[in-house]
Amino acid sequence: MQTFRYSQARSVEGAVRSSGTFLAGGTTLVDLMKLDVLQPNAVVDINPLPLAQVEALPGGGLRIGAMVRNSDLANHATVREQYAVLSEALLSGASPQLRNMATTGGNLLQKTRCYYYRDTNYACNKRQPGSGCSAIDGYNRIHAVLGGSADCVATHPSDMAVAMMALEATVHTQGAQGQRAIALDQFYLVPGMTPDKENVLLPGELITHVTLPALAAGTRSHYLKLRDRAQYEFALASAAVVVRVSGRRIERVRIALGGVGTKPWRSAEAERALEGRDATTENFRRAADAAMADAKPLRYNGFKIELAKRALVRTLETTTQTA
Amino acid sequence: MGTPGNSIIGAAVSRIDGPAKVSGKAQYALDHPLDNVAYGVGVASTVGNARIASIDTSTAERMPGVLAILHHGNTEPLFRPAEQLEHSRAGEIRPPFEDDQVYYYGQFVALVVANTFEQAKDAASRVQIHYDVSKPAVLLSDAPPPQGPPRIHYSRGDADQAFESAPVKIDETYVIPVETHNPMEMHATIAAWDRDKLTLYATTQGVVNYQKVLSEVLGTPLENVNVISPFCGSGFGGKLFPWPQSMLAALAAKRVHRPVAVQVPRSLMFTTVGHRPLTQQRMRLGATEDGKLVAIQHDVVQPTSMVDVYVEGCTGVTTMLYDCANLTANQQLVRLNIGTPTPMRGPGIVPGLFPLESAMDELAIQLKMDPIELRLKNYAEQDESYSPPRPWSSKHLRECYQTGVERFGWSKRNPQVGSMRSGNEILGWGMASSTWHAGRGSATVRVRLNADGTARASCATQDIGTGTYTIFAQVVSQKTGIPLDKIQVVLGDSSLPNGPTSGGSTTTATVLPAIARATEAAINSVLDAATRTPGSPFFAQEGATAPKLAMANGRVHIADQPPASGVPFEQILTTRRIAALDGEARTSPDPADEHKVSSHSFGAQFMEVAWDPGIARLRVTRALTVIDAGSIINKKAGTNQILGAVVMGIGMAMLEETIYDPRNAKPLNNNFADYLVATNADVPELECVFVEYPDYHLNEYGARGIGEIGLAGVAPALINAIHHATGVRVRRLPFRVEDVLGAEKATVI
Repeated sequence: MQTFRYSQARSVEGAVRSSGTFLAGGTTLVDLMKLDVLQPNAVVDINPLPLAQVEALPGGGLRIGAMVRNSDLANHATVREQYAVLSEALLSGASPQLRNMATTGGNLLQKTRCYYYRDTNYACNKRQPGSGCSAIDGYNRIHAVLGGSADCVATHPSDMAVAMMALEATVHTQGAQGQRAIALDQFYLVPGMTPDKENVLLPGELITHVTLPALAAGTRSHYLKLRDRAQYEFALASAAVVVRVSGRRIERVRIALGGVGTKPWRSAEAERALEGRDATTENFRRAADAAMADAKPLRYNGFKIELAKRALVRTLETTTQTA
Repeated sequence: MGTPGNSIIGAAVSRIDGPAKVSGKAQYALDHPLDNVAYGVGVASTVGNARIASIDTSTAERMPGVLAILHHGNTEPLFRPAEQLEHSRAGEIRPPFEDDQVYYYGQFVALVVANTFEQAKDAASRVQIHYDVSKPAVLLSDAPPPQGPPRIHYSRGDADQAFESAPVKIDETYVIPVETHNPMEMHATIAAWDRDKLTLYATTQGVVNYQKVLSEVLGTPLENVNVISPFCGSGFGGKLFPWPQSMLAALAAKRVHRPVAVQVPRSLMFTTVGHRPLTQQRMRLGATEDGKLVAIQHDVVQPTSMVDVYVEGCTGVTTMLYDCANLTANQQLVRLNIGTPTPMRGPGIVPGLFPLESAMDELAIQLKMDPIELRLKNYAEQDESYSPPRPWSSKHLRECYQTGVERFGWSKRNPQVGSMRSGNEILGWGMASSTWHAGRGSATVRVRLNADGTARASCATQDIGTGTYTIFAQVVSQKTGIPLDKIQVVLGDSSLPNGPTSGGSTTTATVLPAIARATEAAINSVLDAATRTPGSPFFAQEGATAPKLAMANGRVHIADQPPASGVPFEQILTTRRIAALDGEARTSPDPADEHKVSSHSFGAQFMEVAWDPGIARLRVTRALTVIDAGSIINKKAGTNQILGAVVMGIGMAMLEETIYDPRNAKPLNNNFADYLVATNADVPELECVFVEYPDYHLNEYGARGIGEIGLAGVAPALINAIHHATGVRVRRLPFRVEDVLGAEKATVI
């Protein structure tokens, strides 16, 4: 671990001016600093900032402070009642101990679990641009089938972000240039030739909160995560669905997939394949095929394509079945 | 807490060391409060096959708090363990820093010693090592094919001919990947020298063996080395033998003239402290149309390291479990650039049973026969692995099957694949036999009866979490009537009377007779004192006949009168003005007995899985284990042993696999997040039933061992259940979702 300067931010503005790496729950940052994967010169602790509130927005919807802990958000009454997909996604992630520390803002920026990213003895373009990718010819069972490039196939690990994708969340930031509101769908970058750039945040820009739009009455949502063991493991494939059905007809649906993409994977293709159509397993299957049409399997992860389709079909079935 | 006297044997007794453990008072290896401890952090190789070209310590040496940096270039080589003193054994025959060769990834190549752990860790990361790297042999296919005669060869009858002409045949190959022990407490040692005397605070399954090995590698007289290990955060076989970090701690402590603590970090728990080796096992079964086995052929290929010959004896169980006249078994070794394997819970038998009990299931399906009926048809009434066959000391496997059938509801099983449902899920039921050989060694125990009414038992064995402390107290309590809370048990110290290594499920059978004899000796000393001490109610004048005395309920009394008529035993000691009276006994198995019978524990394991085909999800939903292990001394600890082993079996079948990178021999999943063991959510309610038939061949208590047998049949029973649910036969562990998606399973072997 490299020696670093530690300071505490007293205000959002102060944090933004501080030019250090922000420390929230620390469940990713500290872990990776111990492995020498991240070696910040300065760490700015943002835990003192007043960003730990969950508040209803006047026109409907929810405002979630960047420092709201995963466990608090998952168990928040409004989230449980109105945004079930988010509560379920949060509770499927990590362990209770980690969820008690991990924050909303931090989780959006969670780093990949790629074996090769986490070991400085390996070439990794994400960790050290231009050094190569050890996963493409390596043991890539857990890697992405969507959004990969010749330079990086690392999977985005977050469950929460997948649910937020389907909820059409907006990320709010404060930077040197002022405040920004970024649709989550526009927040993440695919690796391309610059896998070290994972999102559109500018240096020093701080996530202050996330907003969720209000959901129309009758909207249902669900998160399903498939993995080797029942708890404490990242997804092999997961699906988040937010859907409103009228009779048999799907009026509106938002779909995101986890465990299969280099970023939390919103599938407009699957949404288009369903909106205005009947909620039938046949249509679900067609939507799942559309979602995975561009998937590119590596040597060991081809099974994820079928697994993700099944996760999506089941999640659609669960959210559209009539009681 | 159980009541003293005879009823305490076999009762469900809470472990006497439980309060210390749950309150944090129990001292594990690094918890010992020594003054002035320095910390050693290893530098481990990041390549699998190399010669060390250079080591640059210049930056690290100048870092704050650094006391010394040891490596092969500046350290006098340790001696190799002689492996002479009663089969003393080290984990690796090659001591650390012996030369400039790197044989596996994660091998210690230097040790940084500093004032604090953080300083040592920081400096260790700044030691620059340059290697002349060669391509490592990591996969079975990287190694030259095995040469020369097999390491294990067994034959009876004419198996080639019998298999050839058998009307029904199974011929399949099964693979178990490397599994890593991963006890909660990582390997750790504090070494402290006092002039030429060395004390090692360790976490080990064998303080006596540890002492011998360290004495051998250091060239130090045995009596100058003492090993202390009062608690062990589990071993699972991985802590049977001392590993390099113990020797490095001793070397470093000598170099810096301070106690030095060295702990193996979790990542190196996957490289330098052993593992269960990969096995590739071809199993051939030949049978008649009505299910009588006529031929078994079991051929195993297993990697060992470049420096040691470790044989995971998989075929032994095949030679004894079923009645079959014609049988061959062969096991070959290849060498890979992976650390030396070591026993892991149920060595040999656990990996050997997976192909055997899977193939039996495959045979039953081919014969359209119930899997239990097939096993009964081939029931071994004697141990045919010997010539001539030996009778069993005690075998009640038939009753295990029957009890399991009734408790599990096996008669309701529809053998048709995928035919049983529960809601949207398809149920699969599978079973397998389990067994473990029962053994007993030698032990010396000392029991002291104190003038304050308490007792103390001591022995240089150790409690590795299995309940050994409690068993000592139970026997002392049974013999004396002193309640458990007045009995102190002292283990885990090599200076105590010589005790056994905790391995092979033999500790209980080994120590019980020694505790009993030592307690009796102590009681006899008290009874003798009672008749010889003026003022004692039983005092006999010289020449007079002393009354015949006995001890019960903690009281000395006339033998044919009730205990209440006597006096508390401590009254004899206080009257005599002595602090205590001791009894000591050494017991060993009777060598004349050894070759007359075969002693095994047996069991039957029944598993249910629920498969949700829509999302390809499989869960273990029921697990019943029926065990015939002789008498159970402590029902609570015994049940705990079996259930813990079943959890491990769920891991073996469904989750565990150490994945090596063929490019550099690194175990890629060398941490608790990526190496999957079962969580509580993966484990259903578990049931364990003991059919208790005392086996007096081993000891007067009729107890065999139960540490390993609970794991033995779990993986095949689960894999058989998965087949019953899905129709997919998993011949390479662990089960993966790829198996039921018809996808290629990542197979790095």
